Amino acid sequence: MRLELVKRAEMSRAMMVLSPLIAVALTVVAAAIVFAVSGHNPLTGIWLFFLEPVTSLWGLEQLLIKATPLIVIGLGLAVCYLSNNWNIGAEGQLTIGAIVGSAIPVLAPEFDSWVVLPLMVAMAMAGGAAYAAVPAVLKTRFGTNEILTSLMLVYVAGLFLDWLVRGPWRDPKGFNFPITVTFNPSATLDSFPVGGLWLNLSAPIALLLVIVFAVVMRFTLKGFEIRVLGQSPRAGAFAGFSARRMTLFAFLLSGALAGLAGIMVVMSEIQKLQPVISPGYGFTAIIVAFLGRLNPVGILVAGLVIALSYLGGEAIQTSMQMSSKVATVLQGMLLFFVLACDTLILYRIRLVRGRHGAGEGAHA
Amino acid sequence: MATAGGRARDTSGTPLLEVRDVVKTFGSNVANDSVSLKVMPGEIHALLGENGAGKSTLVKIIYGALQPDAGEILWKGRPVSVGSPAEARALGIGMVFQHFSLFEALTVAENIALAMPKGTDARKLGRTIAEVSRDYGLPLEPDTRVADLSVGERQRVEIVRCLLQNPALIIMDEPTSVLTPQEADQLFETLKRLASEGCAILYISHRLEEVRAICHHATIMRRAKVVSETDPTRETVGTLARMMVGSHVAEIHRERAVPGATRLELRGLDVPATGPFGVALKAIDLTVRAGEIVAIAGVAGNGQGELFDALSGENPAPSDGMVLIDGKPVGHRGVNVRRRAGAAFVPEERLGHGAVPGFRLSENVVLTRHGTREGITRSGFTKVAVAGRVVTDVTDRFDVRKGTPDPEARSLSGGNLQKFVVGREVHREPGILVIAQPTWGVDAGAAAVIRQALIDLARAGSAVLVISQDLDEIFEVADRIAVISRGHLSAAKDAAEMTREEIGLLMAGGAEKRGEP
Repeated sequence: MRLELVKRAEMSRAMMVLSPLIAVALTVVAAAIVFAVSGHNPLTGIWLFFLEPVTSLWGLEQLLIKATPLIVIGLGLAVCYLSNNWNIGAEGQLTIGAIVGSAIPVLAPEFDSWVVLPLMVAMAMAGGAAYAAVPAVLKTRFGTNEILTSLMLVYVAGLFLDWLVRGPWRDPKGFNFPITVTFNPSATLDSFPVGGLWLNLSAPIALLLVIVFAVVMRFTLKGFEIRVLGQSPRAGAFAGFSARRMTLFAFLLSGALAGLAGIMVVMSEIQKLQPVISPGYGFTAIIVAFLGRLNPVGILVAGLVIALSYLGGEAIQTSMQMSSKVATVLQGMLLFFVLACDTLILYRIRLVRGRHGAGEGAHA
Repeated sequence: MATAGGRARDTSGTPLLEVRDVVKTFGSNVANDSVSLKVMPGEIHALLGENGAGKSTLVKIIYGALQPDAGEILWKGRPVSVGSPAEARALGIGMVFQHFSLFEALTVAENIALAMPKGTDARKLGRTIAEVSRDYGLPLEPDTRVADLSVGERQRVEIVRCLLQNPALIIMDEPTSVLTPQEADQLFETLKRLASEGCAILYISHRLEEVRAICHHATIMRRAKVVSETDPTRETVGTLARMMVGSHVAEIHRERAVPGATRLELRGLDVPATGPFGVALKAIDLTVRAGEIVAIAGVAGNGQGELFDALSGENPAPSDGMVLIDGKPVGHRGVNVRRRAGAAFVPEERLGHGAVPGFRLSENVVLTRHGTREGITRSGFTKVAVAGRVVTDVTDRFDVRKGTPDPEARSLSGGNLQKFVVGREVHREPGILVIAQPTWGVDAGAAAVIRQALIDLARAGSAVLVISQDLDEIFEVADRIAVISRGHLSAAKDAAEMTREEIGLLMAGGAEKRGEP
């Protein structure tokens, strides 16, 4: 007796839309079980984790701050995944982008001009793109698996940042803490009030990017090329598109966006470099991209949902003394449920009974 | 092919295999609707039908690869349930597949050993293979690598592998579709010999001539049902075809070609093989003139795919001067440059090459026509409305049947999708059309529409190059015929002067000796 996945003749459009919602609902149920098992009232847990964070203006601000890098990175990753390039290393590209972008305020703290900000953004995007080019070139030239190379480069980037802030870039007046000098005001993004919320430019930029990506993916030949090469490389070649160039394009684009997200976080929130600058935005953005069905508007919504789980994690840590790792567990479960729902849209499960001979392989 | 007399069918004994009222449905699609079939020991039993008639489903049920929803299977008079191919082989049912399942890097003996029970003595097996293959007129060297074998020889490996399991029934799925006429004749001798020894053969084919020549009995399926049973020797090809199709197939109208200027020219086209098992193209010369259809015949895997890729530019030639479109050297250019120069291409694979399965038809119009400056893209934006009008035009002209106005490509049946893929290119009125396997796996009605469209396009002044393995099709449409064999192309000759025998000799390697005294 065994289980078999059988492809469905056609998939339900309604279910395509409903599946992320079902996945979120299943995650809430799973969260309740996690709370109950750890000896807490599941309803209180759900309230604190999913709802309480958005009941205050401060919570909403935090939500937008956390969602912004997730959305920016998720947009780039979606282009990768749609074109069948598996960039898992956005966290590393974010780190390198943040480092390269921070070079001006760290190495030339006196440099005070309006060009500093745009320069930092451009350098961060170039740095992220260059770092993403490594797995892309390895893939197109040597056929290496980009999942492995991009993932491993994350750790290289993290250790490089660690070394920098403890070594050459350490603030001489920083009491030996592993931090760089605090950026001068021309290198930081200031917040301004929007209807009681204090926001910086990052969130509007993310929103603009969502709109641009939505238009490009749906209405332009480039978006068409991305989707064709992802679904059917042979048909893509027949259309005159190059899968190699697409691999480079997708990696450079997603690397640049990860670098942008990295420098946004550093410029607005931390305003210096330190050993840890991201709570795993680059990895969580993978979940965001898939939860958003690789669709720019979907990614906007998914980014907000996932950002909520970060805040929820902090909330249960302070109010219920639970580990904030619960948030990571629930993010993982959410991805699991999304993928499971997607699989069941495309396939149905069939129970196969009876034994199967070993000689079958010869004719399989 | 002479039809030998005295192939009377003896139905007095117990049938070897009896299928009773088998039903199989896939979703809402009924593939087998109460199908019954009797195979007597020692008979060559033809299973006829168009693509999609349900032959493959029935055969897979008999071979245990699918389970029926209802009905029963009797083996030597006893009801059996065939749970898997392994169980089928244990009963004595063997199958030779249309697409081979051999490991190219292993030798003949190693490939066969993989299908034998564990603990088979390898050296003894080699001797047995040599003996069996010689006895049945299927000469094979046990130590040759499969990669070095021709398609016909690979099929022999499959047959020998099947024979070593002492089957009482062998199922053959379109065995001659990959063979030269001479190789096919050799296979028929083997089949007759097997039948005379009491082994039954269930023979699936569309080739009615050969069914008349070797089969004792024919069961004809149409739209998931058995529509008739007959003795094929008492039928003509025409009456068999009518039983399969259920109606008269449209005749193709063709006037003599009046060729004009050369539009497509290949000059010493040399392309190295792309992989260890690819075929290199060697010094191919060919011209196709306005107004004519030139066909390239050949057994599968002799460089047709490589030639198509070199013509379309998916794998460009080493130098520009090797491929000329209307005199313009494009050998080194990509597919869209060639399209802009007036060429259009239809590859062999409809889904995944000619069309993206999950894309709508309008998006599939964009796929091949985004670079041809017809307004389907403007400043980087795709114009889906313009593409939609192309879909409507193609649908009207080629009678593409579809459920919704703009469905996904994968939801169309093979014949309808092929009409769309051909129509998409013909609609452009290209000066040059290169088309591979124009009617492979397409029902007779759709095939007639497509072939007529090719002829009409040529007569209107285009140059059409057809790459096909179907000789009937080639003789129906071609003005001149060339033959490809191991990457060499014979000189194209007037179709009226070519015979099947001559083509067969060229397929078997005669094309390579061109130019030698």
